[in-house]
Amino acid sequence: MKKHVCEVCGYIYDPAAGDPDSGVPAGTGFEDLPGDWVCPVCGADKTNFSPEA
Amino acid sequence: MRPLEIKKDVFWVGAVDWSGRDFHGYSLSPLGTTYNSYLVKDEKTVLFDTVKAEFKDQFLCALAQALGEAKLDYIVASHLEPDHSGCLPDLVEALKPEKIFCSPMGEKAMKAHFHYRDWPVEVVQSGSELSIGRRSLRFLETRMLHWPDSMFTYIPEDELLISNDAFGQNWATSERFADQVDPSTLKRAMTEYYANIVLPFSSVVLKTLDQVRDLGLRVDMLCPDHGLMFRGPDVAMALDAYRDFALQRPEKKAVIVFDTMWRSTEKMALALADGLADGGVGVRVMSLKANHHSAVMTEVMTAAAVAVGSPTHNNGVLPLVAGMLAYMKGLRPRNKLAAAFGSFGWSGESVKVITEWLESMGMDVVGPGLKVRHVPEHRDFGQCYDLGRELGRAIVEKVESKA
Repeated sequence: MKKHVCEVCGYIYDPAAGDPDSGVPAGTGFEDLPGDWVCPVCGADKTNFSPEA
Repeated sequence: MRPLEIKKDVFWVGAVDWSGRDFHGYSLSPLGTTYNSYLVKDEKTVLFDTVKAEFKDQFLCALAQALGEAKLDYIVASHLEPDHSGCLPDLVEALKPEKIFCSPMGEKAMKAHFHYRDWPVEVVQSGSELSIGRRSLRFLETRMLHWPDSMFTYIPEDELLISNDAFGQNWATSERFADQVDPSTLKRAMTEYYANIVLPFSSVVLKTLDQVRDLGLRVDMLCPDHGLMFRGPDVAMALDAYRDFALQRPEKKAVIVFDTMWRSTEKMALALADGLADGGVGVRVMSLKANHHSAVMTEVMTAAAVAVGSPTHNNGVLPLVAGMLAYMKGLRPRNKLAAAFGSFGWSGESVKVITEWLESMGMDVVGPGLKVRHVPEHRDFGQCYDLGRELGRAIVEKVESKA
């Protein structure tokens, strides 16, 4: 599962860690994040993320 | 305005806004503010940020005195919000700087603000270094502290860190350094600024503090873009204060924030406050007619709990309460207990609406929300008092378990 980077603030979504503060358990792939999930740092939506180079 | 030489050939050239009370359109600055800009004179002369456009005359006066015969070579735009970039277009036109440096996101923000065609903008990467003669400038991107474009500059030769909005405070003073003013007023201004501007980005603050430590940056002077500068031992004080703010360690304190129609909800608030106070908890009772939402937020940030009250009005909450909840949610307070209360006439939705908001902020809501039909009587006050006691016990437990 690939990490994804927020183009707005540089936050890296790591599937291994998930985003527990937003209710996303560890092991959740970026593609499997809910459609209304937003960057926990800046609030940008999923369309602002790209796969980590 | 007079410039002030803060280190050899390094000048404060900002402006003092003695009368401004509306900060950025969403919060209050009850003590006014300053817009700090810094000029470094070396083989290249470099200006860090400008000021709000309305203060151009004060700023240019200080800048001209500090520049003397020197030409302005470079501008570093650390953050494009108009209180720091407001004089850029005039400066570019009048002084024709050779280069304007900004972060990658800064370039995007600069274009979208100024729609320029031919400015000599040069993007600098985080960690890159630029020699300006005897000194070098080290750029450190600090995205979301507090905009995507935000950036620090460290000058190792002077051990000076220009931190843009981080560590800022809204306080208009003739003094320029933290060690020249009353420390408790300063702490209050730092708290107020953090609570209303920086709080949502607390995770970035912690990361940045770690970065500054890991890079081994020796900082003898910390220069924010608002308020007082920190020098000597005050630098560590400011860094420690930011770590405390970012960790959101709760104090044994509750904020009761409410609006009221015919004073029933206000009476409930006062009974709740008695319960909390009898439980050994400090209480701030804040009517939204008497307190701006930003003043409330300053208290909420350090409190362990927030109790929100509104009468039911047209099946919802009063508009000031709705505004407060929306503002508070955006600032992402963490680690809070909460309670909801309010009077009603017939339908009584307000407590449910408030509870949903509080839960959506991840707050731990204590007890069932308290509703009173029309006008509270003795028994109702007893219930409000009891909820205050229950919330008080939860606060004491929370704070002492962390101690």
